[in-house]
Amino acid sequence: MKNVISSNQAVSYAVVSAKPQVIAAYPITPQSSVIEMIANFCDRGDLLAKFIPVESEHSAMAACIGASATGARVFTATSSQGLALMHELLHYASGLRLPIVMANVNRALAAPFNIKADLSDSLSQRDTGWIQFYCETGQEVFDTIIQAYQIAEQLLLPVMVNYEGFILSHTYEVVDIPKQEQIDSFLPLPPQRHCLDVEDPFVMGQTTDLYINFRYKLYQAMEAAAIVCKNVDTKFQRNFDRGYELIQPYYCDKAEIILVTAGTIAGTCRVVSDRYRKRGLNVGVLRIRLFRPFPKDQICQVLEGVKKVAVIDRDFSPGCGGIIAQEVKSALQGLRAHIPVYEYIIGLGGQDVTDDMIETIITRINNTKESEGCTWIGLLG
Amino acid sequence: MKKLRMKDIPITSNSLFTTEGNETGDWRSQSPLLDAEKCSQCGFCWMYCPDNAIRPEKGSFMILYKYCKGCGICAKECPSGAITMVTEGSS
Amino acid sequence: MHMDRLARMKFPIPKEEFIHPGHTGCPGCGVALAMRYALKALGKKTIMVIPPGCAGVISGTFPFSAMKIPVLKVAFETTAICASGVRATLEMMEKKDVNVLAWGGDGATFDIGLQALSGAAERNDDIIYVCYDNEAYMNTGIQRSSATPQGAWTTTTPDSKNVPKKDIVQIMAAHKIPYIATASVGYPMDLIKKIKKAKDTSGTRFILIFTPCPTGWRYSPELTIRMAKLATETGIFPLYEIENGERYCLNRARSKRPLEEYISLQGRFRNLDEQGLQQIKERVKNNWEYLIRMTGEA
Repeated sequence: MKNVISSNQAVSYAVVSAKPQVIAAYPITPQSSVIEMIANFCDRGDLLAKFIPVESEHSAMAACIGASATGARVFTATSSQGLALMHELLHYASGLRLPIVMANVNRALAAPFNIKADLSDSLSQRDTGWIQFYCETGQEVFDTIIQAYQIAEQLLLPVMVNYEGFILSHTYEVVDIPKQEQIDSFLPLPPQRHCLDVEDPFVMGQTTDLYINFRYKLYQAMEAAAIVCKNVDTKFQRNFDRGYELIQPYYCDKAEIILVTAGTIAGTCRVVSDRYRKRGLNVGVLRIRLFRPFPKDQICQVLEGVKKVAVIDRDFSPGCGGIIAQEVKSALQGLRAHIPVYEYIIGLGGQDVTDDMIETIITRINNTKESEGCTWIGLLG
Repeated sequence: MKKLRMKDIPITSNSLFTTEGNETGDWRSQSPLLDAEKCSQCGFCWMYCPDNAIRPEKGSFMILYKYCKGCGICAKECPSGAITMVTEGSS
Repeated sequence: MHMDRLARMKFPIPKEEFIHPGHTGCPGCGVALAMRYALKALGKKTIMVIPPGCAGVISGTFPFSAMKIPVLKVAFETTAICASGVRATLEMMEKKDVNVLAWGGDGATFDIGLQALSGAAERNDDIIYVCYDNEAYMNTGIQRSSATPQGAWTTTTPDSKNVPKKDIVQIMAAHKIPYIATASVGYPMDLIKKIKKAKDTSGTRFILIFTPCPTGWRYSPELTIRMAKLATETGIFPLYEIENGERYCLNRARSKRPLEEYISLQGRFRNLDEQGLQQIKERVKNNWEYLIRMTGEA
């Protein structure tokens, strides 16, 4: 059924549909309404789950670890500071191979304090062994949460579904919410796994000198993850007549310049791409939806042969520039032809990313032969 | 114990065996000797052993020298003075 | 003859063992004893949550386990909340008769895990939280914790700790949880009785178990039980229970043994001077008077 809802609402409806058994969460702007709605659903009996109102995000993830280790399907949600606070436990969750699903509302990390859209929070958790998706619409947020449970439970890896604060969390779009029976047939109850059980006692998570071998097993799971994500999306398409793939190219065939980005900036880029194509310059847009594992092969397939690539990062890693730019550059290493990769930092802390700013980027690309290195757009004069 | 191979280990460090194969008896520098004549079967030595190295056996108690670390608690707490600690390696 | 004796034998505490021998606790370890007793009281249907610390090591390293019950090893600050998470799942699976035992040391409880413990207690999460107190970060090499008593040497208080031990029991009482008790490996039957009482209560239950440490307190290992008894007999570790944060019950009247009998046996108090000793005695006396008042007001 179609509804006009915010992405935060979409998350909470997705959670009701996915039927987790334990939810632990702590409020933080711009995520708070997600857990308010979930608490409401639990209270009314629409969602049969134990809701633990924890006293910090670190405890939210810890509660999910304890609950998931005992065999439950679990959920939590957070943003920036909360995600950063969870950091050590993100490693813990993936190391214990727990299929936890978390929604993260992308928000800038302090200091300075800013509560608006910025992808640095989740991108700076890229080493924690979580699968990461970056969404562009409320519909995608809903659908990706449902897909996330299937992916997590198949791979035994935790999944993070990211979407921008305020731009998505607090704006209203048309979102189709499928009937529960349809969701149930796509997403069955979680399969049995080896977990805490008095009938089968063992110690979960022993100290070990064979650490490297367990990391190898995690590596193997991550290597298989892209294919699993693709297959789950294909199955989703069959069930619900819509899908997202791992990356979304837009007029990238025969493009001279391809703008690479994640999140809602892609939408603005497509508007500008349409404008430029009318003027005779083929500008394509590649939106990265699956960030971890980084879909290197698919990205190289799209970017091979293009004259110039511009990565537009709504994030920043001090000392090396845009995080998506780094990943793209490293992925292109394997290609024979040298493709200049332009790097732009834009939109940090919810700075509004306008079509004019994207046009500025394209003008700069056109006027230079090689990348100028990490370039910042929209700063004070 | 056989050497573990990649296929033997689970996806995370979940235990596979017990510690019973770890013979901590070689830690000790003194050994408890139980005088059955003096023993009143009160069970205090068994109760106070931190290492599960004393077992109830045939109406009395038996010291498992395989595990005993020689801490001396049993000797100290025995109300009948039935246990004495002797230096390991002495006859 | 033997069978008669076997039949007649009365064991002072429950017979079944839930810990395997071959664990790597120090000789004379108080923590290993506490684990043995607690699990005898709770039985097979128990899931334990253990953070880093002595118990984390005693319970084994991969691929071995010293435990006959399931254990989840958790990050240091998360003992109480991971236990709450385990309990949440058990509730949703309607497995009502499984005990959830959080088992943290003094470092994990008084210090780094205090927030999570306070959170769980405020929500009255249905867990039994046991803090085994050997009065320092013993597993990492005897560094001070807020449970280290005044006057004690540790590697990070090389002279002696100059501030008193944090009163974790009062902190827990302020949360008004259903059941709190102090217990000691010197009194195993009392300890087991208290854990059984906790087992039959619901909500957040907190037990502080005094677990002397020969390695960190600098005494000869055979004195562990003696040390635990002396702490109670001299009044520095009273045994009492608190129901709902308000109803106090003293389990043992205070003996008149002088504190010196306890202090003098431990190398860690070698730098405690006369003034420091008097301060400690004063505090012990005031604490007793407080406990007696609280019992009277119940």
